[in-house]
Amino acid sequence: MLLEIKNLHVEVEDKKILNGLNLTIEKGQVAAIMGPNGSGKSTLSYVLAGKDAYNITEGDILLDGESILELAPDERAAKGIFLAFQYPVEVPGVATMTFLRTALNAQRKLRGEGEYSTPDFIKLVRETSAKLGVSQEHLRRAVNVGFSGGEKKRNEILQMAILQPRLAILDETDSGLDIDALKTVSEGVNRLRSSERSMIVITHYQRLLNYIVPDVVHVMSKGRVVKSGGKELALELEAKGYAQYTDEAA
Amino acid sequence: MNAEVRAIKTSAEQALASAYEAARAALPGKGAVAALRDEAFKRFDAKGLPHRRVEEWKYTDLRALMRDALPLAAPADAAAKAKAKDAGKIFATLNCRRLVFIDGAFVPDLSDLTPERGLTVGSMADSLAKNDALIAAHVGKVFETDDAAVALNTSLMSDGAVIHVAAGTVLARPIHLVFASGETPSAAFIRSLIVVEKDAQAIIAESHESNASQVNCALELVIGDGAQVDYFKATQTRGLHVASLLLTVGAKAAFNTFALNSDASLVRNQSFVRFAGEGSTGGLRGVNLLRGKDHVDTTMLIDHAAGHCASREQFKSVLDGQSHNIFQGKIVVKPHAQKTDTKMMTRALLLSDEAEADNKPELEIFADDVVCGHGATAGALDPGLKFYLMSRGIDDKQAEALLIQAFIGETVEEIAHEGFREAIMRAALEWLETRG
Repeated sequence: MLLEIKNLHVEVEDKKILNGLNLTIEKGQVAAIMGPNGSGKSTLSYVLAGKDAYNITEGDILLDGESILELAPDERAAKGIFLAFQYPVEVPGVATMTFLRTALNAQRKLRGEGEYSTPDFIKLVRETSAKLGVSQEHLRRAVNVGFSGGEKKRNEILQMAILQPRLAILDETDSGLDIDALKTVSEGVNRLRSSERSMIVITHYQRLLNYIVPDVVHVMSKGRVVKSGGKELALELEAKGYAQYTDEAA
Repeated sequence: MNAEVRAIKTSAEQALASAYEAARAALPGKGAVAALRDEAFKRFDAKGLPHRRVEEWKYTDLRALMRDALPLAAPADAAAKAKAKDAGKIFATLNCRRLVFIDGAFVPDLSDLTPERGLTVGSMADSLAKNDALIAAHVGKVFETDDAAVALNTSLMSDGAVIHVAAGTVLARPIHLVFASGETPSAAFIRSLIVVEKDAQAIIAESHESNASQVNCALELVIGDGAQVDYFKATQTRGLHVASLLLTVGAKAAFNTFALNSDASLVRNQSFVRFAGEGSTGGLRGVNLLRGKDHVDTTMLIDHAAGHCASREQFKSVLDGQSHNIFQGKIVVKPHAQKTDTKMMTRALLLSDEAEADNKPELEIFADDVVCGHGATAGALDPGLKFYLMSRGIDDKQAEALLIQAFIGETVEEIAHEGFREAIMRAALEWLETRG
């Protein structure tokens, strides 16, 4: 297995968000995590990426059997963890190309790999962005500045395609997308599916899972995984809602 | 309100008084120039060094900061001249006409005096001695102020540059005034005069590099009708540096100033700018990079005395350690200066809890049909932005550097001249790289 989360307890400002969460992600697996608002889905994604301000009081997160709790976000990225943000931030003054290149070369350096040459890098970005419908003009602009919601999400998937993570966490990638943008983004994600890459797809609605079909579905409630099943579990949730699980967890 | 409280003279003030008394006869210029000095010294002597009760100097209390006055600089020796050849590196790649000054004194043999049509270049010491027409017309008259630092400069002004750009002349190369300092810390009173006549165009850059010296420099800059001037000033000092820009702009003219302070222990950059003719535009911008106990004070008085002029003031500071940045910007719009358009913005980025940024914008508007805006912010790096960059594999220091670069980049990008824009960004990046 690639990722193993064991009995994870997390607090933010003395408020318990995750309460003994257990989760295993196999290599090459696409796992959907669904759950009502406030169930701790986004907290889980931030904790995996290493954002501070989260206090881990108990438990562990293992990547390839090794704990990553002590690693800084950039070290986790170099180990192959990538978080596609629910709300990608705008970075005024930093051109998208500069950002992508700095990130890619920083990761390669941490892994002891050589830096990309300028022509190779430009070629890589051109090809990848064309597939995702990201224009050259967007690449010249500052990261996410003046981008629409859909363009920001597309930019996240572009970064993912350039950085080639082993574990991608997509945090509500569908939120704020119209149906066309949802299709483009999903196609981008599906192209990146491989036996070497695992994905955690966090979503509130079943809709996204019509496009990105998961291998397994986990339901989160009150900071724990309360049910796991196949992709049909998502359809059941869509029909019946989350009430049964919130009650069960109470 | 400026309270006139005269305390007993400090040792620095006493030293300045004896320095003036001793040097008076030997300073360049007799007659009208000597009278100008005497009158200025009387003004300085009455006020003393500026202190915190003088509103314009509230945050830079020279009386407290200047423990003593250093002796006036001696003529440059061979070692100082050898060192000065490498000074002004920041603008070295821009193919400028270099005019070199050591401790304020003009060094012709290190300067590029190749003749150029429409351009006259000389030393202030020579011009004062002759009290030629340009000096008589402008020195002490470009922007009259009772500021004590300017008065002190006028009393003790010893040398500097005198540049005249004739009407309609477009200078082929930028002029770079290279101010270097000798080994021995000393006091220098530098006065320059630059007159850019009607429809002429000039790019002027100043670089100041000094050790523990005390530098008081003043530039009187006259921009004629329809003229275009870009003025850059880069300052590095381990001592005290007080600079005054006295600027008058004619009609339908355009100017931009840009100041970079990096590794500057104690700097006061003050500007007195008057829009004297209609339809002109001016931009005053700058970036201050501070660490340790650096103290940089940018104070300006922008006098919109004629209508239909636009000015933009934009200053960014990055503060680390226990540094202190001050911005005081006062914009005055005179009653008849209708259709004035001004926008002033200052932003401070605090990298340390112990750093301090003071922002004081002031507007005095006496006309009714104007657009005047100002804004000021001070804050730390956004942790959300930093996390975003780090989550992509960029380490802590590099993420901060990228964000700082972006922060100052917004202002540096306003520089139209590509070479100067790149030179200033390069200098800023060097500062970032040496950040511990």
